[in-house]
Amino acid sequence: MGKRVGIEVSLAVSHAVMLADVDVIAAYPITPQTHIVEHLSELVADGLLDAEFIPVESEHSAMSTSVGASAAGARTFTATSSQGLALMVEIMYIASSLRLPIVMAVANRALSGPISIWNDHGDMMLSRDTGWIQTVAENGQEVFDLVLHAYRVAEDPRVMLPMIVNLDGFTLSHMIEPIEFLSQEEVNKYLRPYRAPIRMDPENPITMGPVGMPEVYTEAKKAQDEALKNSKKVIIEAWKEFGDLFGRYYSPVETYRMEDAETAILILGSLAETAMTAVDKMRDKGKKVGIIRPRLFRPFPADEIVEAVKNVKNLAVIDRAVALNGMGGPLSFEIRSVLYDANLHPYLKNYIAGLGGRDVTVDDFSDIVSDIESCAQKGVKPEYTIVNVRE
Amino acid sequence: MAKETGIISWKELPLGCAILEPGNASELRTGDWRSQHPVTDFDKCIQCGNCYIYCPDMAYVQNEEGFYEVDLYHCKGCGICVRECPKNAIKMVEEGH
Ligand code: SF4
Ligand code: SF4
Repeated sequence: MGKRVGIEVSLAVSHAVMLADVDVIAAYPITPQTHIVEHLSELVADGLLDAEFIPVESEHSAMSTSVGASAAGARTFTATSSQGLALMVEIMYIASSLRLPIVMAVANRALSGPISIWNDHGDMMLSRDTGWIQTVAENGQEVFDLVLHAYRVAEDPRVMLPMIVNLDGFTLSHMIEPIEFLSQEEVNKYLRPYRAPIRMDPENPITMGPVGMPEVYTEAKKAQDEALKNSKKVIIEAWKEFGDLFGRYYSPVETYRMEDAETAILILGSLAETAMTAVDKMRDKGKKVGIIRPRLFRPFPADEIVEAVKNVKNLAVIDRAVALNGMGGPLSFEIRSVLYDANLHPYLKNYIAGLGGRDVTVDDFSDIVSDIESCAQKGVKPEYTIVNVRE
Repeated sequence: MAKETGIISWKELPLGCAILEPGNASELRTGDWRSQHPVTDFDKCIQCGNCYIYCPDMAYVQNEEGFYEVDLYHCKGCGICVRECPKNAIKMVEEGH
């Protein structure tokens, strides 16, 4: 097992990418992702990573270049945030439909406007249906591990899909955390060299990205949808293998103190750690509270969520983004949909919190739990709410 | 993918809908799109080859005598050849006539 190093999480991402021995990095700097790419350019310049570092003129080009590189059979990395991701979206759909195993780190940041460089999950939600596999990290160690896991999954011949590792901008990307690194020998046991099943090769010409006539478009989308759904077993298998090799086991949905929980907080990302502190305090006072944290976001881990939720009375779904459709936060729609199919009816209330870098404190979580419990007791119709908004 | 009919199961599609066989666009029956087809009056034709050059589907094939004959598997009926023929040798005719 490697040694523990105190390091900025962004640099740990770059280090993981170096250990993955990528061939091509095409990226454009944008806050709060910049340090990842900046450090990668240093690693390449210093000769520590033998890769093509392609500085592009926009994120649209970053994703287009990544598509080209991956189509040629190169192990490819890119990273972005917020508006950068928005600019990539057009080509992200192309990458997933072409089944190119590009890995991208997204340092999550609010979408404009107003312009905000700070953290929320607006960008994650923007890209939620682009056909990319997505995982969401809680802490620096997880980010490091998930980047390696992403290459293992994305390039599996049974998967062949691009993959995003989400990490909260600033609250994760810019934190210095103790991280246990893996050595190159250890990583080599986990990641095999990438062999593209089909690729652009002048010796064997093929066409990638042809027009899909009405006779074929439906079948193409069906094949893509099945590939995404079927990736889940490989995702789980790759986590198991990671755990067997390095001792850190991961699952699609993490639960915390859910044993006898009557109220659960369902949340994505690093804010779950703040929620843990709140839950510990509430547990000390005898409240039966727990946390459900999906680590896998795409494909959506419906079965695991049902399993985690099945005995709770109250479910506080925390969204770090507001969907401007009059229905609340995007995560809440998905959770409701999963519960409907499972015929589960906890008292579900959607709390939209931590938009554009607004702090969410331990006390805020205690307030959320008190609020949902009192609303449920009074039998009030649960309506989504924006936490701590000034009236 | 670009098989003549394109009617295959999603399970048979190559990864990412790629076309693994170069040049197989010629198998696509663009002739299906047609509502009219060109008919050439070889008595007027001077064998200039304009129809052959301008046809977007390369549907004209030169025969042994040097005349350009239309291949209706590929002709999509756009009528460009009619416009480009300097001798007004080509006419569009409704399908089924
Ligand atoms: S009608 Fe159009 S497609 Fe048909 S032969 Fe003439 S130019 Fe070609
Ligand atoms: S364009 Fe007209 S004249 Fe020229 S080869 Fe074709 S049919 Fe003949």
